[in-house]
Amino acid sequence: MVLFLVPVYVLSTTSLKSFEDVNIATMWNLPKGLNFQSFIDAFSRLKKNILNSLYLTIPATIISALLGSWNGYILSKWKFPGSNLIFTLILFGMFIPYQSILIPLVLVMRSIGLYGSIGGLIVTHVIYGLPIVTLIFRNYYAGVQNEIVEASKVDGSSLFGIYFHIMLRIAIPAFVVAIVWQFTSIWDEFLFAIVLTQNPNVQPATVALANLAGSQYVQWNVQMAGALIVTIPPLLVYLFLGKYFIQGLLAGSVKG
Amino acid sequence: MRQSRKERLIVILTILPSVAAIILFVYGFIAWSVAVSFSNWKGILPDYSIASPLFKNFISIFKSQRFTIDIFNNIFFSFFFLALCVGGGLLLAILLDKSIKGEGVFRTVYLLPLAISFVVTGVVWKWIFAPSTGVNLLLTGLLSKIGIEHTVNFGWYTSTASIGPFNIALLPVIIAASWRYIGYVMAMYLAALRGIPAELKEAARVDGASEFTIYRRIILPLLKPITLSALIILGHISLKMFDLFYVMTGSGSGFVTDVPSIYMYETTFRASEYGRGAAISLVMLVMVAVVIIPYITISLRKET
Repeated sequence: MVLFLVPVYVLSTTSLKSFEDVNIATMWNLPKGLNFQSFIDAFSRLKKNILNSLYLTIPATIISALLGSWNGYILSKWKFPGSNLIFTLILFGMFIPYQSILIPLVLVMRSIGLYGSIGGLIVTHVIYGLPIVTLIFRNYYAGVQNEIVEASKVDGSSLFGIYFHIMLRIAIPAFVVAIVWQFTSIWDEFLFAIVLTQNPNVQPATVALANLAGSQYVQWNVQMAGALIVTIPPLLVYLFLGKYFIQGLLAGSVKG
Repeated sequence: MRQSRKERLIVILTILPSVAAIILFVYGFIAWSVAVSFSNWKGILPDYSIASPLFKNFISIFKSQRFTIDIFNNIFFSFFFLALCVGGGLLLAILLDKSIKGEGVFRTVYLLPLAISFVVTGVVWKWIFAPSTGVNLLLTGLLSKIGIEHTVNFGWYTSTASIGPFNIALLPVIIAASWRYIGYVMAMYLAALRGIPAELKEAARVDGASEFTIYRRIILPLLKPITLSALIILGHISLKMFDLFYVMTGSGSGFVTDVPSIYMYETTFRASEYGRGAAISLVMLVMVAVVIIPYITISLRKET
């Protein structure tokens, strides 16, 4: 338990220290007093990138969840010949090392003019997020009795009617799981972000933080404060919606 | 469900965009990477002229010393990462399952690292294991408290020491990665432990089995499928891992902390050797596929 909290201790104490207080002798001590200067420094350096991350994460998450809810509905309640094969094909997309699609991705993004933009990252995350969101909703709807769907069909509801009037209403928990999952993973993502955005003004917060940490000129206290700031959004999501976060996590192991 | 022809048409048309996107962006792009890996492309401008021999890029990476080091690094890293996560995760799950007080708090703490990105994880652990600061100072301080004056001066991730082909510098990265994933394995085991009927343990206890025997003979065998899932999920994560290495260590001096993902990134996007970069990425894909394809196929078959 203590070992688990060491990084959290380091993160919070170091970031609260002043520049003078961050030296070798007092590294592991508590800060002498609360000093928020490093947060101010780090925030002014990362402000733009945190906004970029929000502009990326929010739309990508919403689009993902909506697509997933429809795909999951179709693949669980409107199966057709070959639909299981399609689901398996989609699912494999979740496990590939993204390195193996990275070169074509960069080329395509360049040719459609989305390279180096938040829009390009949104498209990328929506597409490569399809497997996990489809899985989350398919598993959720699979637990809904077919009789409910059959009955409303008999009552004259259409394919869309059943989705909008029944499925969407009962799928709130699945939406929360998918949104929590996509929000944290897109916010935390690094590989696509570093490869698809070169301009520091466009880069999401994870890339900016990595650059900050890689720089020789940035003090530890500012780095730690930056790390803490970048962690706040996913951390809040985790602390308030932890149950759903864990469900998303276990869904990723396929059997869920 | 029975479907009219119109419904079938709507079903197929509405799912088509997602399916097309996956087919193009996953399978099409993999095929495209294969084409690049068989090409002479080196430099900024695309060059799809076919390499001769066809496998030139693959031969070149397999012959390179760096790639050999990468493979050993990856094996060493994966082994200890998996061992720590599965061992630690099982232990924590059993302890929590005994439902000591404050279980909720413990669970929240152990799962917390998963909400923290690898980039942040890397920044923090890089500081903790920085040779001139971090852990060395803490250990020196602790030693002097018990009366031993000795300055701990271990290189951690900058160390070039190795045991056979295995680089010691990887240990801090293993610890950082395990810190992030132990909670995940714990959550998997905990879910399974909760599913074991209490009567089973009760019956064994009535028969006079000790707590230890109950775990060894009844509980652990029941957890085997979970262990397998955990090994496969974590195994494929460790084969792909990029962010943590990138932020915490980079490739290291003499490639002591290099892995294929870092090699691929540097070859492709720093050195513009696209043909070789694509070849590395496909070797990674094959390694992951060997682990994942049987697993998914079996999981899905069981389900239906």
